[in-house]
Amino acid sequence: METPIVVQDVHKSFGKVKALHDISFTVNEGELFGLIGPDGAGKSTLFRILTTLLLADKGQATVNGLDVVKDYKAIRKIVGYMPGRFSLYQDLTVQENLDFFATIFNTTVAANYELIEEIYVQIAPFKDRPAGKLSGGMKQKLALCCALVHKPVVLFLDEPTTGVDPVSRKEFWEMLQRLRKKGIAILVSTPYMDEAMLCDRVALIQNGRLLEIDTPQHIIEQYNKPMWAVHAKRMYPLIQDLRSFPETESCYAFGEYLHLTLKHGEADLDKLQAYLQPKGHEEFSMHPIQAGIEDCFMELMKSEKV
Amino acid sequence: MHPIVTKELTKKFGAFIATNAITFEVKEGEIFGFLGANGAGKTTAMRMLCGLLKPSSGEAKVAGFDVYTQADKVKQNIGYMSQRFSLYEDLKVKENIRFYGGIYGLSNNTIKEKTKQLLQKLQMEAEADQLVSALPLGWKQKLAFSVAILHDPSIVFLDEPTGGVDPVTRRQFWDLIYEAAGRGVTVFVTTHYMDEAEYCDRISIMVDGRIQALDTPRQLKAQFQADSMDDVFLKLARGK
Amino acid sequence: MRQFFVFARKEFYHIFRDKRTLLILFGMPVVQIVLFGFAITNEIKNAEIAVLDQSRDYYSNRLVQQLQAGSYFKIDQELQSHQAIEAAFREGRIKMVVVIPPKFGESFFHLHKAQVQLLADAGDPNTATTLINYARAIIGNYQQELNGPQAMPLTINTTVRMQYNPALKSVFLFVPGVMTLILLLVSAMMTSITIAREKELGTMEILLVSPLPPAMIVTGKVVPYIVLSFINALVILGMGVWLFGMPIKGSIVLLLLECALFVLTSLGLGILISTVTDKQQTAMMASMMGLLMPTVLLSGFIFPVESMPLPLRLLSNIMPAKWFIIILKDIMLKGSGLREVWPQSLVLCGMTLLFVTISIRKFKIRLS
Repeated sequence: METPIVVQDVHKSFGKVKALHDISFTVNEGELFGLIGPDGAGKSTLFRILTTLLLADKGQATVNGLDVVKDYKAIRKIVGYMPGRFSLYQDLTVQENLDFFATIFNTTVAANYELIEEIYVQIAPFKDRPAGKLSGGMKQKLALCCALVHKPVVLFLDEPTTGVDPVSRKEFWEMLQRLRKKGIAILVSTPYMDEAMLCDRVALIQNGRLLEIDTPQHIIEQYNKPMWAVHAKRMYPLIQDLRSFPETESCYAFGEYLHLTLKHGEADLDKLQAYLQPKGHEEFSMHPIQAGIEDCFMELMKSEKV
Repeated sequence: MHPIVTKELTKKFGAFIATNAITFEVKEGEIFGFLGANGAGKTTAMRMLCGLLKPSSGEAKVAGFDVYTQADKVKQNIGYMSQRFSLYEDLKVKENIRFYGGIYGLSNNTIKEKTKQLLQKLQMEAEADQLVSALPLGWKQKLAFSVAILHDPSIVFLDEPTGGVDPVTRRQFWDLIYEAAGRGVTVFVTTHYMDEAEYCDRISIMVDGRIQALDTPRQLKAQFQADSMDDVFLKLARGK
Repeated sequence: MRQFFVFARKEFYHIFRDKRTLLILFGMPVVQIVLFGFAITNEIKNAEIAVLDQSRDYYSNRLVQQLQAGSYFKIDQELQSHQAIEAAFREGRIKMVVVIPPKFGESFFHLHKAQVQLLADAGDPNTATTLINYARAIIGNYQQELNGPQAMPLTINTTVRMQYNPALKSVFLFVPGVMTLILLLVSAMMTSITIAREKELGTMEILLVSPLPPAMIVTGKVVPYIVLSFINALVILGMGVWLFGMPIKGSIVLLLLECALFVLTSLGLGILISTVTDKQQTAMMASMMGLLMPTVLLSGFIFPVESMPLPLRLLSNIMPAKWFIIILKDIMLKGSGLREVWPQSLVLCGMTLLFVTISIRKFKIRLS
């Protein structure tokens, strides 16, 4: 069995803009690999290079052992691809879309039914509805179905959950987990940091550069600074006060708490207490926490910029 | 006088009820999160409140004006920013600001003054003469927000303003929102990031055209015995 | 083959589910042909004229009656004086004034010379010339009638026969023109738009990342339009024949084959346009500006190629429409066979080949 995806020193520029800079990583068999980064980081460009739609300026890439430039025809037979925006025929019904994509891949829906069954039963009640009239979550499920219908060896999903509500997102990821168990290697990109935790390994990407490649657990463990979650009744004044505290290294809002790191870690705690005391924040609370993937990403982003 | 008051606000498209008798009010200077699954009726409700869509029945007053009869007054008193349409990509930063200032009838001097302040606040003085298309997404969104409140509206509507934006810029964006709210601007915001829901003073969650929950994030978590807003959302949307 | 069939079927779904496409496909040809056939015409019918008859004798009366007899002129008012002429023109209704001087009959028979003055509103020179010509012809006939059987000494009788279109029906000119235009529009514009739409919607990305060969993608998209364009050609021909009495003197089989050839040429053009455009709007603009306008202006459809300055005449040679209009007219009106129209057909074949070759060479197997 060949390695599903190997990327080596890939560079790509559009005019003056460097879309990808020295990208290298490997996706192993049956791995769910996440490409995590904001819009414009270069995720879609990388997907298009791997799906043989774009040529890299420099570097090599193989999909299932096939070269993305030389063997593009062979690759097109074995990959499933879901582009960043919804790319099915909106005026065709669910069933017509499925049949169409099955046929152009020289197969039928029935032939690989067991693979798509679980997703298909969810969209089956709407099978006579035009794809354009489906809700966001349903559209993504249909698109996934269409990308899977020919039983691809490698699955490329470019931001499948963008703009999708949290419930549908969760369901979508549950499906990906099960597909992975069936041995399909999956490369998936997302701008949602919380989804990184659901991947086997992730690559964090920003401005066309990879910041880190590792398992999400490892990335979090490597974050060695002590961090506190801080809360008060009025959050905005608290943020402002903490940011103007000279020993504060970073202070970001995370849900109902602020995540705070200090320049000298625990050594600064007393100073902080003395600083905050006279400000009189109501319902003030503060407790140490383990950093999340988003904290790590932000930390990595900062060091990248310097 | 609350800036947004609705009573049994309903919109039907044929037999389909997009927004089903929603009743709520938003207080002055509040950051009000408007959540819901795709197709739950958020966009429809937001369009009615912005005076873009006539309701089928019910009442709604925005900034004290009736959305049925005073839609033009409503529009003058609100700011609006969406993820999709915000700024003209082929105009320069300065030109965009001038254009929107002009739309809302600001005088040339005011526009000049405000442009200066705005660019200074966003630390974008150096980019004033750049085309918007050349800016990173996060900057565009911050600029778009600042432009949406250029005419000092009492309410600003934000439709998924931070979609796809990197985590640092996303937080800088929320700093802008907090600051605006601190000045008394009422903020009405939709988002798919559940952690952002926690930044809101109060949240409403829509399911199938109805508001199923409305409270502060803390209360909602207590009510649904959930650890995070994510859980609250899942319990609500799945438990139907 | 099954792939191809499914692809083509999908294309038909797109067409039949989009009311606007359907309207353009089938509504536009009918509307255009009716418009051109009935409304926009060079013929003069019931033109309103005024008469200043200062003679008021038997002969002048009969002349006026003759003018009125055909369907060409309608006498709107009878003027009483020269001063009234100016005023009558100013009212704007009348297009021509016929002035018959006093003692018309008397001068004709005794002096062998009578005068009739024709005053036309030359603000619209084409109409004015046509009206004057009609009036002259009527007056000429009247003169012969008065002369009776005895021939005038030494006159040259010109008998005019308008070859191939004896009734001078402008619709005979327009049917081939409209047909050409419609085929070009439907085939070229619709194909370029439909391919651009796949790019715009992002579905082209998925199609490219499938084992479908690019040639299959293009043929799959184009074949439905070949069928529809051909049906359109039949509809227009049918309307031309049954509604406007247009003859088909040559072989119908040859005519249909030539139509098929032109459909292919247009499709080639459409595919060519689509290879260089990514957006439906750009494709539409390119088709409109690049095809429609030059075709209308330069193909000889509206303005005769012969009267154009040399550079434009040369330019008109690269319009596929020009050659097809010639072929259509020759077959339908003159009854020409392949022996006469082979050079034009060859030009179209060459153009088709050229368009398809360039398209294939330019078709991207990748996104950029």
